[in-house]
Amino acid sequence: MSLAEGTRPRNFPDRLTGRGQRILRSWELLLFVIAVLIFIANTQASPYFLDPWNLSDATFNFTEKSMIAFAMALLIISGEIDLSVAGIIALASTAMGWALQFGVGTPGLVAIGLAVGLLCGAFNGVLVTRLGLPSIVVTIGTMSLFRGISYIVLGDQAFNGYPDSFAWLGRGYVFWVITFELTLFVVFALIYGVVLHKTNFGRHVYTIGNNPVAARFSGIRVERVKMILFLLTGLMSGIAAICLTGRLGSTRPSIAYAWELEVVTMVVLGGVSILGGAGSILGVVIAALVIGMVTFGLGLLNVPGIVMSIFIGALLIGVIALPRLVTKLRRR
Amino acid sequence: MTLTRRFAIGLGLAASLMGTTAMAQDSVRIALVAKSLGNGFFEAAARGAEEAAEELGNTEIIYTGPTSTTAEGQIEVINSLIAQRVDAIAISANDPDAVVPALQKAMQRGITVISWDSGVAPEGREMHLAPSSDELIGRTIIKLAADHLPEGGEVAVLSATSTSTNQNTWIAEMEKVMDQYPDIEVVATVYGDDLADKSYREAQGLMQTYPDLDAIIAPTSVGIVAAAQAVQDASKVGQVNVTGLGLPSEMAGAIESGASKSFAIWNPVDLGYTTAMIAHALATDEATAEPGAEIDTGRMGSVTLDEDNQAAMSEPFTYDESNIDEFKSIF
Repeated sequence: MSLAEGTRPRNFPDRLTGRGQRILRSWELLLFVIAVLIFIANTQASPYFLDPWNLSDATFNFTEKSMIAFAMALLIISGEIDLSVAGIIALASTAMGWALQFGVGTPGLVAIGLAVGLLCGAFNGVLVTRLGLPSIVVTIGTMSLFRGISYIVLGDQAFNGYPDSFAWLGRGYVFWVITFELTLFVVFALIYGVVLHKTNFGRHVYTIGNNPVAARFSGIRVERVKMILFLLTGLMSGIAAICLTGRLGSTRPSIAYAWELEVVTMVVLGGVSILGGAGSILGVVIAALVIGMVTFGLGLLNVPGIVMSIFIGALLIGVIALPRLVTKLRRR
Repeated sequence: MTLTRRFAIGLGLAASLMGTTAMAQDSVRIALVAKSLGNGFFEAAARGAEEAAEELGNTEIIYTGPTSTTAEGQIEVINSLIAQRVDAIAISANDPDAVVPALQKAMQRGITVISWDSGVAPEGREMHLAPSSDELIGRTIIKLAADHLPEGGEVAVLSATSTSTNQNTWIAEMEKVMDQYPDIEVVATVYGDDLADKSYREAQGLMQTYPDLDAIIAPTSVGIVAAAQAVQDASKVGQVNVTGLGLPSEMAGAIESGASKSFAIWNPVDLGYTTAMIAHALATDEATAEPGAEIDTGRMGSVTLDEDNQAAMSEPFTYDESNIDEFKSIF
């Protein structure tokens, strides 16, 4: 090894090429082009698309899910997954609704939502990091467990009567058409972007995802990082539960049903490798916008929901397959 | 963007792509929101709504709904309908409370909102159209049995659980009109708990205890199927007629074997038709949703709103061998 090579900054597996080429060939650019195309197609297809209020309403299609997706992205990059996020929403929402019956006010409800989210995250985290169980198995179990508790508490009943100040967290506007949820979306995108891409913690997440053994030998406390990631995912699910409960104004045990798959879809569409080790928050942000625009745009054309699911599925497979196809063709 | 340009874009591009979105803006656009798509009941209701639209003229039905029966999915649908500025939203709600904020927003933006089939809390809609009322159901179930007993006879009731509010109310309503049928005697009321095996055993027990039994009335879709099976297995087809409330798809076999001569349930086609008629009347200000208001519903007559702005469409529709084949594939 020559001296020049030794002093060069170390390359990580997600940074093997130069900056310009990296951007040109990046997933994010491809996704961004798709987003722009969908936006243009939407404006052409429906006269109602380009209306600030309509677009503002449409952001609810993705804001809550994407908040969880940011934390989920980190978790998946580290090589783990949490499929219990929708179950956590149900349990956190049920806990808040239950507390509401005893006259707990908005600050108390928010605290309960966050606490339940953290506790659920901690439960998953302990099972995965302390007992060494595979996260996919653990969280498939807790997915049913958390929602099951909601079903036991509520049955076919509902909690409602949330105060207006609580409803504001899910429906309120900060400024003009900018909703509180959209503001949270932007704030969390920035926070998670900085954490993943600009801090040591973020580098540790990538390292663990690429090679947990090497990460351990380089002195990274793998279990601790994973525990923090599970706590974060739980916390974000708690925040999503607060927003969603406020928006719906009621809690039923079927709340946020099957959202875990939509969150994972968002993360994977955002270019995060499902095998861990690669991905970016920018990708997840664009993926959230793409999914939101597709859902809203097709909704405006009254395309049945099942066609939307097919469209998103095709998009996912297409976007994943395209770069691989290109590389394969190039190698020939 | 000027109106003409919007029109040009709408007609030139959207129409070529999707056809319906930017159709003549002055037609009345009624959105029929189902609990979920791909359900025969709602598909049939949509057909009824289309029939009403044809009759009314210049009316467009937008039949839509989420893929799965969730409130979140319906809210996304409602938001896109608000964005399209439809004239009316008629929804069968997955959750009576969770869709309220979204529907209130729709009403604030001048959209007529009604619920049908599965209702929405009063603050989230202008009126609710129930397929039938307790009173009409109670009258129908005894009439179904009496129609095939011109000489009178013994009938028994096979209900769901003893605490089922719906069934208890219907049976109470039935008892109120029993004086119109002096020759018919209700000999027993038993409870199958809406479990197929328990209902089956209760029906067997009825036939053993009352050998002269002429009819079993089961105002529950589980009980009626089990009772028909019990009658068939006891070779009492022709002696004991099973009737009540059931689903055509599940009852087709019993009608074919003769264990059940007729039964009733709401007709989804009529329900969709009536819903569209009411939505049109309210959206065009031909009628106002207020207690006591009477709204014309075309071939279905008219409905009258009660103090909660609820209305009942009609008595349940009777299904027998003449129409079962048509409906058994629907729901």
